[in-house]
Amino acid sequence: MNGLDHINAWIKHKGWTLHPHQSQLIETAHYPAQLLIAPTGAGKTLSGFLPSLIELATGEHTGLHTLYVSPLKALANDIKRNLTAPITEMGLNLRVEDRTGDTSQSTKRRQRVDPPHILLTTPESLALLVSYPEAETFFSTLKRVIIDEIHALSETKRGDQLFLALGRLQQHSPTLRRIGLSATVDDPNAIARLMAPHPSPCPILYADAGPPPDISMLLGDTPPPWSGGGANYAIADVLDQIRAHKTTLIFHNTRAQAEIFFHNLWLANHDNLPIAIHHGSLDREQRHKVEQAMVQGQLRAIVCTGSLDLGIDWGDVDLVIQIGAPKNVKRLVQRIGRANHRYNTPSKAMIVPANRFEIIECHAALTAVLDGDLDGDPPPRGPLDVLCQHIVLLACAGPLDPASLFDEIRTVGAYSDLTRATFDDCLDFCVTGGYALRRYDNWHRLQYGPDGKIRLRDPRAAHRIRMNAGTIQDTDTVKVRLGKNRAGKPLGEIEESFAATLAPGDTFLIGGQIVRFESMRELTVMVSRAATKKPKIATFMGTKFATSTQLCDRILTGFETDAFADLPDYTRHWLDQQRSLSRLPDRDSLLVETFPHKDQNYLCVFGFAGRNAQQTLGLLLTNRMETLGTAPMGFVATDYATLIWGLDKIDTPEDLFDKSALQNGFETWLSSNAVMKQAFRSVATIAGLIERNLLGLRKSGRQASFSSDILYDTLRKYDPDHLLMRIAQTEALSGLVDYGRINAMLERVGDRIEHRHLPHVSPFAAPLLLEVGRIHIQGEGIERILDAETKALFQAAGLKE
Amino acid sequence: MTTYPFSLSGARLKALPSGGLWWPDRRILVVSDLHLGKAERHARRGGPMLPPYETRDTLFRLEADITRTNAQTMICLGDSFDDNMSEQNLPDDEKLWIARLQAGRKWIWITGNHDPGPLELGGSHLSELPIPPLVFRHETNRHSSGEISGHFHPKAQLSVQGRGVSRPCFLIDMNRVIMPAYGTFTGGLGSHLPPLSTLMRPDALAVLTGKSARPIPMPR
Repeated sequence: MNGLDHINAWIKHKGWTLHPHQSQLIETAHYPAQLLIAPTGAGKTLSGFLPSLIELATGEHTGLHTLYVSPLKALANDIKRNLTAPITEMGLNLRVEDRTGDTSQSTKRRQRVDPPHILLTTPESLALLVSYPEAETFFSTLKRVIIDEIHALSETKRGDQLFLALGRLQQHSPTLRRIGLSATVDDPNAIARLMAPHPSPCPILYADAGPPPDISMLLGDTPPPWSGGGANYAIADVLDQIRAHKTTLIFHNTRAQAEIFFHNLWLANHDNLPIAIHHGSLDREQRHKVEQAMVQGQLRAIVCTGSLDLGIDWGDVDLVIQIGAPKNVKRLVQRIGRANHRYNTPSKAMIVPANRFEIIECHAALTAVLDGDLDGDPPPRGPLDVLCQHIVLLACAGPLDPASLFDEIRTVGAYSDLTRATFDDCLDFCVTGGYALRRYDNWHRLQYGPDGKIRLRDPRAAHRIRMNAGTIQDTDTVKVRLGKNRAGKPLGEIEESFAATLAPGDTFLIGGQIVRFESMRELTVMVSRAATKKPKIATFMGTKFATSTQLCDRILTGFETDAFADLPDYTRHWLDQQRSLSRLPDRDSLLVETFPHKDQNYLCVFGFAGRNAQQTLGLLLTNRMETLGTAPMGFVATDYATLIWGLDKIDTPEDLFDKSALQNGFETWLSSNAVMKQAFRSVATIAGLIERNLLGLRKSGRQASFSSDILYDTLRKYDPDHLLMRIAQTEALSGLVDYGRINAMLERVGDRIEHRHLPHVSPFAAPLLLEVGRIHIQGEGIERILDAETKALFQAAGLKE
Repeated sequence: MTTYPFSLSGARLKALPSGGLWWPDRRILVVSDLHLGKAERHARRGGPMLPPYETRDTLFRLEADITRTNAQTMICLGDSFDDNMSEQNLPDDEKLWIARLQAGRKWIWITGNHDPGPLELGGSHLSELPIPPLVFRHETNRHSSGEISGHFHPKAQLSVQGRGVSRPCFLIDMNRVIMPAYGTFTGGLGSHLPPLSTLMRPDALAVLTGKSARPIPMPR
C-alpha cells in the first residue's frame, strides 16, 4: 500500500473527509515551497504534516525526514502530543521528538547523532543545530520543513534568522521542500517571498475563511472620558459581558494598562468570578498556572496583552474584548480568529474605546475588518546584524567559501537583493571587527585560510558564540521578589529604569497586587505586600505600538466622507463643534491650530502619523522653534497630533515645516539621541559585539559586560561609518523614531498647511491639553482639581460633558 | 566646566570633571585605573573584537588634562594596563604618545593588581608613594588617613526625572579619596554597594564626573 492510500484509509476509518485545502496541499506537495492560509481550527497543523506522513508511511526512510518549526516552545510540546495519536492509529513506526531550550543536554547530544524521523523545534534551536559540524550529515536526509505560525515570525528578526538557517538546510539537502502555515494576513505574497528559496515560485492555498466575525463596539451608557488609555469607565459593562459568556479574553495594548484594569476589575468583581491576569513580565510559573487554568476551563476571564496571542489552545474562549483602540487591524483580526475555536461558528469580539477620540479609531478599525482591509506596511529588507550572527554561527560548523556563501544568502527571500559590497562589509565585520583602524590581527575571531576559506581562529570559541546566539532582545529588566531575600517568591519583572525611580515606601502594581518597594540589590527588587495605597504604575517599554498608516488614513478619509454619522450623539456633537470652530483634518493638507490658554500659547499639529512619528515631530519642531527663538516649553504627542506649548505666539507656523530644515535638524538630533543608542545596543548584541551571556566570567557586583553607550560614543567619535552604526541608524529611523512616517506625511500634504488661529482650545486639541496636565499631576486630592479643570476646559471649548 | 575644590588632611585638592585629581600646590596630577589595552586583551582572550580606540581616547583626555594643568608630576594609581601583556602589545604609536607625555615631567606608575610587575615604559614604579600629608596607593588599606587610592571604579547611581543615570565619581570623606576609573571602556561599582558603602563614612560625598565636577551626598 503506498503512502497516500495508507492515509486515506485512516481518514476513512475515522469517519472524516479531507478539507479541500488539505487535498490540494497533498497535490502540490512536490513544489519547493507552499503557503497555507487558514484560520485556527481548520486542521491547519495536521494539514502541514500530511505530505510528510504520506512519504513516511512506506517505512523506507531512515534518519531525519521532517523538521517542524514554531515560534513557541510550548507549541512544539503540544504538537508532539497531537501528532503521536494519529501516528499510532495509522500503525506507523515513527519517532517524533522535540528540541527546544527546555530539552536536556543529554537528549540534545543523542539527537545530534541519532535523529528522530520528525523533529519539532524553535528558530533558536535550529540556529544552533546548523552551527554544529555534524549539521551536514544530520540534515542530509531531511525532506520537509514545516513552519507554523509563520505570520508571527515573518515580521521579526527571529524570522530572518530562521529563513537564513533554511537557506543553509537547502544546501545540505537540495531536494528540501517547505510548507508555511499562516493565520489570515493581508499580504500573503510577502510571506511567500520570505519563505520560498529565491527565486522559486510558491503557491498560496486558502482554507475557507469561515463565517465573517461578529464584532462590535461596546458602548454602554457612560461615555468614555476625554483622554487617557485605560477603560475603567466601562468596567461594569465588561463584567456584564463576562457573566454572559463562558470564557472571555480581555486584551490590552500595554502591560501597565492590563495591570490597572485588572486591579480595578477586581474592585468591582463582587460576584467573585475567577479572573486572572497574564502578560510577559509576570513570573513564568504564574503564567503557566494561568494557561493551565484557562485550558481546563476554570477561568471566566483573563486580562492580558499580546502574550496570549500565539499558539496556546484557547479552549472554550467565546468572546474577545479589545480594550483601547487596536493599533493595527491585523492583530485584531488574528485575535478574533481565535475566539470560538470551533471551526464554522462566527468568532465574537468587542472593542472598548478608552477615550472619545478612540471611538473614531475603533469605528475605523471595525469597518476595516468588515471590509477585509488589513494593514500592510511593507516589510524592511533583511537586517544585517542577523546576517552577521548567522555567518559566525556557520563558521562554527565548518569552513566557509565567501563566493558560495554569498550565493547561498541570496536564495533567502529577504536577502535576495543583497549586494556583494554589503556582504563583504558584513564579512569584514565578522572577520576583523570592521574597524577603520586595523588592529590585533592575531586575535581575529575568524580568519582566512590558505584555501581562501573562512574558519574560526580558535575552535574553542564556538561554545561562547553559541551561548550568545539568538535575536530575542530582553530590555533591561530586574526581577521582583516578595520577601526579605533572594529566595523570596518571584512575582515577575519590571524595567530597570522604572526600578531606578523607586524609593523605599513607594508602591506599584505587579501581577495585580500592590507591592511596596523595600530595597534593591544587584538585579533584584525586594518588595512586601501593601494593602491600601494608590500605587505608582510601572511603565514597561515593551513594544510601543503606533496606530498604523492604514488606520490613520481611514480615519482621515472618514472625516471627509462623514463616515462617522452613526456614532453616539456626544461624538457627533464633538465633530460638529470642531467643524464649526476650526475644521476637520483631511488627507491632503496638514491642519495646524494655534490658540491661547491661560497664560500660554499653544500650537497643535494634526499629523495623524502615529504616536512614534508624532513624538519625533514634537522633538523636531521644538528644536526648530528654539533655533527660531520662540521659546517652546514642552510638548505632548498622541497617535494623531502633537501639542506644543510656550510663551511666544506663533503667527506663521508654515515656517516650521520647511522640509530641508527639518531634515537637517533631524540628522543632528538623531546621532546624539537615546533612540539611536537603544537601536545600537540591540544591533550590537545581535551582531555579536556585545555578549549577553558571559559564561561565569561575571565578577560579583561589577558590571562585566560592556556598556553599549560607551561603545556607541567611541564609534561615533572615531569610526562613525562603522557597519553597526549604519545598521543602527536604519533601525532607529523605522522604529520608535518612525521618521519614514513623518516624511510620508510631509509628502502627502505638500505645502498645504491649513492654519487656524482660534480664540481658545478646539474640541480636537482639548484631549491633548488634558494629557499635558496629566504629566505633572500625582496623588489623591488632585483628582478633584482635575474634575473642575476638565469641566472648565470643556466649557471653554463650547462642549458639554 | 568647573572643578570641585576640597581638602584632605590639610592638602588642597581639586577634583577635575574628567576624573583626574589635581594638587596645585605640588603641581601633581593623579589618575587611576586607565586600563589601557582593554580591547586588545578581550580579543586576545577570544572575546568579541571591541572598537580599538579606547587607548587613544584615554590618552587624548589625559593629554588635555596635563596640558590644562601643566602638571610637573603625573601619578597613575594602578591598573594602568589591562594586564601584563597589554603593555607589550600596545602599538608603537601609542607607546610613543605616552613617551611624549612623559617628557619633561616626573611620571610615577603605582602598581595595581592587574599589572603588578615592573613596566617597560619610562617612569618610576612603586607600590605606594607617601607625599606628606598624603599617601598614594592602588587599593585602600582601609585604615590610613590622607589616602588617595583607586581600584574600585566607583559609580554613583541616581534617578533624574524618572530616568536612571549612572556616572563615574570620586568618593571623598575626611580620611580618603577613592578615584573614579579614568580609562574609556571601564565599568564600575555602585557606591551603594559593599565594600564602597561600608568603606566610606556616612557623611561622604560623591563628586560626579562629566561636564562639571558635581558634588552630591554619596548615594547609598
